[in-house]
Amino acid sequence: MAEPILEVTDLVKHFPVRVGVLFKRTVGQVKAVDGVSFTLNKGETLGVVGESGCGKSTLAQVLMRLEPPTSGGARFEGRDMFAMRGAELRKLRRDIQIVLQDPYTSLNPRMTVGDIVGEPFEIHTDVAPKGSRRKAVQDLLDTVGLNPEHIHRYPHQFSGGQRQRIGIARALALRPKVIVCDEPVSALDVSIQAQVMNLLGELQSDLGLSYVFIAHDLSVVRHLSDRVAVMYLGKIVETGTEEQIYEHPTHPYTQALLSAVPVPDPTQRGQRDVIRLTGDVPSPINPPSGCHFRTRCWKAQDICATEEPELVVRTGDHPSACHFAEERTVV
Amino acid sequence: MTALLEVEDLHVEFRTRDGVAKVLNGVGYHVDAGETLAVLGESGSGKSVTAQTIMGILDTPPAFVTKGAIRFHGEDLLTASDDRRRDVRGDGIAMIFQDALSALNPVFTVGFQIEEQLRIRRGMSRKDARARAVELLDLVKIPNAANRVREYPHQFSGGMRQRAMIAMSLALDPEMLIADEPTTALDVTVQAQIMDLLREIQVEREMGLILITHDLGVVADVADRIAVMYAGRIIEHADVFQLFRAPGHPYTESLLESLPRLDLKGQELKTIKGLPPSLTNIPPGCPFHPRCPRAVDVCRTDVPANHRLGLDRTSACHFAEEVVSRG
Amino acid sequence: MSDPGAGGAGLERAAAAAVGDLGRVDDSAQRQGKPRSLWSDAWGELRRKPTFIVSLVIILVVVVMAAFPSLFTSVDPRAANLDNYLKKPSADAWFGYDVQGYDVYARAIYGARASLLVGLFSTILTVLVGSVVGIFAGYAKTWIDSLLSRVGDIFAGVPFVLGAIVILTTFNSPTENPSAVRIITQVVLSIAALSWPVSMRIMRSATLVAKQQDYVKAARGLGASPLRIVFRHLLPNTVAPVLVYATIALGAFIGAEATLAFLGIGLRPPVVSWGVMISESRDYFQAAPHMLLFPAGFVTITVLAFVVLGDAVRDALDPKSR
Repeated sequence: MAEPILEVTDLVKHFPVRVGVLFKRTVGQVKAVDGVSFTLNKGETLGVVGESGCGKSTLAQVLMRLEPPTSGGARFEGRDMFAMRGAELRKLRRDIQIVLQDPYTSLNPRMTVGDIVGEPFEIHTDVAPKGSRRKAVQDLLDTVGLNPEHIHRYPHQFSGGQRQRIGIARALALRPKVIVCDEPVSALDVSIQAQVMNLLGELQSDLGLSYVFIAHDLSVVRHLSDRVAVMYLGKIVETGTEEQIYEHPTHPYTQALLSAVPVPDPTQRGQRDVIRLTGDVPSPINPPSGCHFRTRCWKAQDICATEEPELVVRTGDHPSACHFAEERTVV
Repeated sequence: MTALLEVEDLHVEFRTRDGVAKVLNGVGYHVDAGETLAVLGESGSGKSVTAQTIMGILDTPPAFVTKGAIRFHGEDLLTASDDRRRDVRGDGIAMIFQDALSALNPVFTVGFQIEEQLRIRRGMSRKDARARAVELLDLVKIPNAANRVREYPHQFSGGMRQRAMIAMSLALDPEMLIADEPTTALDVTVQAQIMDLLREIQVEREMGLILITHDLGVVADVADRIAVMYAGRIIEHADVFQLFRAPGHPYTESLLESLPRLDLKGQELKTIKGLPPSLTNIPPGCPFHPRCPRAVDVCRTDVPANHRLGLDRTSACHFAEEVVSRG
Repeated sequence: MSDPGAGGAGLERAAAAAVGDLGRVDDSAQRQGKPRSLWSDAWGELRRKPTFIVSLVIILVVVVMAAFPSLFTSVDPRAANLDNYLKKPSADAWFGYDVQGYDVYARAIYGARASLLVGLFSTILTVLVGSVVGIFAGYAKTWIDSLLSRVGDIFAGVPFVLGAIVILTTFNSPTENPSAVRIITQVVLSIAALSWPVSMRIMRSATLVAKQQDYVKAARGLGASPLRIVFRHLLPNTVAPVLVYATIALGAFIGAEATLAFLGIGLRPPVVSWGVMISESRDYFQAAPHMLLFPAGFVTITVLAFVVLGDAVRDALDPKSR
């Protein structure tokens, strides 16, 4: 039975663009996240997919309370996440952790692996009493498939894939319920990606974790996700189960995105539906009025410029933010 | 018929303080006019170094070519003079890179960088060069080319910059283009546009194209033939259909099995255990043996020869025939 | 049992089946061996560099000279014998005698202490003040950063020599003769007051870079307090460029001491330092070049040693070469 663990409602994060020497004035807003709502259920993986500028990384930062939201709310296990302070916020930090993209900057190069994975215990001293910490760290290293005897080594002595595992071990230390994965495999070689993806999948079933899995690689997202949200310029344009999104997409952007991903099967050349968008992704500083996607959409009409389409169920069985949503099998 | 470009038994080493890294250990492939050869490999496989050696832009030292030949229209570029290599560069063979922002000079306008080539190498007048530059930017579908020719690289978006780089590479009408991970840094919808563009240009001009990438999806879409590289060697060479249907080398096989597929929701992915070897310490015998699910004793001691699996198809594995028939 | 080939094939198949599990475990760290921090890596590299060794030896000699001058000469630097007025270097006095009959060699040895102390304390003070302000500016809110940077800019805008003259003459009129401790303190303070913006800027930009790193984000995500972030995550990663600056600055400040002494506003007799010796040689250069050349030579070699040392340290600490 689907039990929501994280509910996000109308989340907005705008970054002001400031100019000035001593006293800066605001001349514009980068609308990184522009009204995002979704639900993450316990034990499931929600894949958030989109290209550069769609706001997915900013979403991760706001969910981790690394950046304050401009407006909107999020409830963790029914409690208001953004209102929490002090001890309650500390407790929240134990429940929701993050795995970051770049294995080369996500670990402090001056700390040993043991210190890095053990730092959560130093910050939250009540989780593991001092004597048991070393063992806890070694157990964590073992859980992620690393040799526990390497506890005294430094990050630069490990490969990229191994560093990602260290980052995952650190995220697991406090036994979180939700892990936000911000492009965890994008910086890894193909053969190593599979190792880390398998690890994430196993950990989810072994430990009952819920993931918000953010990535730009659609194949990777499909592999791990139960449900998927497609983002474009700060908004979710379509959301549904992975089957619904990948096999019955209704939003033109989703369809274009799926069509653009090359499939490793040469016999499908010329067989697939080819949809090509024109131009590059516009800047989130001045997104187009109405539907943000209209400047690259082949279906755009006048209404698209004046009325912003809401993310509701239109055709088919899952929500789509397009006035002209229509199913089209692309993959 | 001699191929347009033929790389033969190329050996390159990097001599560093920490030892000698054998970056290329007998690389050979060929490309004809109008065809696309994909060079597939992960980081450290040597795919970019090969391309740089062909172009003659390797830093020597620390890189040294110790053996081999690179024949362009039958002429060995490695024994040619520096001047001759410079002639061929841009005119015969051109190259585009992964990161357009660092490949383009930030202090000159895009137009200037294209025109410079035309003025110096073709002796064109400033006016003619400018006209041709605008034509080229148009060709790569940059809107409003006449105005954008005066802009600087940082004023272009990622996809546009890549197009500008392609335009620059085409300025001297090369016969062959080497594209080193041209779309890796781009968004997938932009990647699709750029790959379409490259294909169009190639067909129109009957250029040979060497596409260096690690993305098997891109390879499946555009390549005619594929050379798979590992630890500085070509370990498999096949026609694209053959390779995907029945790979002839355990590395290729494992790679295909470890890919998450857009069109399939599968179970746990098969992984390749371990890491690519350190190039200062390549294991004896077959370089892939520590990670190979089929490794036996002979793999640890004997370097596999290139087994012929068919016309223009090879695999450097002691058990190539077995591997291919499994598919 | 009799056909090892068949048994081998069976084992291979079993092993292949288990590959799925083994693929999860990733035991092969790229660089095997003992744990090596970036500091020990840097030290290993430095040990092998001849330029580092040579400059380190020179500096150590100077330090020993400053600490135990009697090891190098038995002559009393304050023993003046006018019979030796401006005598050229000879077997008894390797550097000759100066205008008051002092043994130049002895004074050069004893002068190392004051010069080195000024250099050392100036560096410590500059680096301390600059680092604290720099970390603040780099980590705190933008308006604090703007404010501190502008203050730093103001100090940095003052030309060194002019600023030093103004500061030191304000505290001492030219005819006054302050005690050794007092004048050394004043010189150290002046140098630090005029030089702290440099170390501030270095620390600030290193902090700005460091705080963008993902590991700082991860630490904040874990709930680390700002204090922990500054001391555990930022400082260890920003200290390297400041360290490089400090080694070079030490040499530069020894030179600065010489400059101030030469101008008559820095250290002055009876304090003996290289700067003082150079100052005293001013009017006698033609007649007795040895009065100038030897202390100047000491200053030059010492400054050079520190600069070369700083260069070597910077190269060794450069993470890009990892």
